[in-house]
Amino acid sequence: MTEACFGVTPSYLAALRSAREKESSPAAAYAMDMLLQNARLAQKNRLPVCQDTGMAVFFVRLGQDVRIEGGLLTDAIDEGVRRGYGANGLRASVLDPITRKNTGDNTPAVVHVELVDGDSLEIDFLPKGFGSENMSKLYMLTPSEGREGIKRCVTEAVRAAGANPCPPVVVGVGIGGTADMACVLAKKQLLREVGAPSDDEELAALETEIKDEINALRIGAQGFGGDTTALAVHIGKYPTHIAALPVAVNIQCNAARLAKVVL
Amino acid sequence: METKTIRLNAPFDSAELAKLKAGDRVEISGVLYTARDAAHKRLVALLEKGEPLPFDIDGQGIYYVGPCVKDGRILSAGPTTSYRMDAYAPALYERGLAATIGKGDRSEEVYRAIKKSGGVYFAAIGGAGALYAACVTDARILAYEELGAEAVRRLVVKDMPVVVAIDSNGDSVYRGSFDFGD
Repeated sequence: MTEACFGVTPSYLAALRSAREKESSPAAAYAMDMLLQNARLAQKNRLPVCQDTGMAVFFVRLGQDVRIEGGLLTDAIDEGVRRGYGANGLRASVLDPITRKNTGDNTPAVVHVELVDGDSLEIDFLPKGFGSENMSKLYMLTPSEGREGIKRCVTEAVRAAGANPCPPVVVGVGIGGTADMACVLAKKQLLREVGAPSDDEELAALETEIKDEINALRIGAQGFGGDTTALAVHIGKYPTHIAALPVAVNIQCNAARLAKVVL
Repeated sequence: METKTIRLNAPFDSAELAKLKAGDRVEISGVLYTARDAAHKRLVALLEKGEPLPFDIDGQGIYYVGPCVKDGRILSAGPTTSYRMDAYAPALYERGLAATIGKGDRSEEVYRAIKKSGGVYFAAIGGAGALYAACVTDARILAYEELGAEAVRRLVVKDMPVVVAIDSNGDSVYRGSFDFGD
């Protein structure tokens, strides 16, 4: 799965190509050309598209009829990260937050487990670079701020991030739940096909409106100024408390890498 | 549309740097030094103690990068986000550093340091790690090997594509002309 670091997802690449064709700013078009050239080179020579091969994030959907024997699932995932990152020369970027001492093998991974029906085990791997992760935001809005508040704060998060998260980006938004739930929900939206609208009509409309507001900022590819800052906005929601309107933003940089396995 | 590419050698000639304008496309060939978060903390601590740096920074360029390396070979080497080095950069420009290379906008203090020293800040294309690795013709660790990806390396690069992000007048691709209030 760690070989996902050698490429960008087909849906991101398709969205980038289409944005490149429409780009009116020469500087942004140049940056996009370089990214397309980089993606080709990385795929051909099996090289990491970006040197920030991320912290390894996994979303696991564990069928509750599955029985795992011989050890902890999280230990097995860490072992996979250790071997995969090591064998492929992927960067060891994980360290103790206080001592800043590197663990040396990019472990531990961040693992989110969700119980589902059935007897299969689905694992999504999202190597998350921190140029974009550092631009994450959580807003605990008041219910009175409503839909307009959501639009305002997501756009503000992207504006404040500027060139830092390596645009063109995909913006993951999690609305509702608790503070922690909103953040996980926002990140989970990055697993979706780039540009495929939400199944929920209201969310799909909001996705389009926010994307248009973001692109009106004209941050552009690499912050050089241009038409496309966000290729897509993906929103997920979860019921929340009568007192609350949590909104979390998690940004995916142009090195959009994913892998999926179903066991 | 101006698309001419300016070729520069590193270490840099200050007269050549002074001619650059924000938005210019440049290809750098020559020697660059890598340093990011942890290495900068150490470099600036040395300066504060009045001790020598592991390399002479006069006229040099520092590339903010923590590469992917396998068996000594650089596999991927795109820029990291520069603002994290903003706390350290002015002290280095003040002591003769000619250029930094990274991605994203800088703090007001860095704009001022660049203008004062006649330096430049180049933006490399964030995310284009494989492409930049292909520009590296030689790499060796110079200091802080124990920092792994954060070690200081001496790179030899050929035709490394960058954009002038902040020029020596303090104009930038991010903010246009910078208001120094003077």
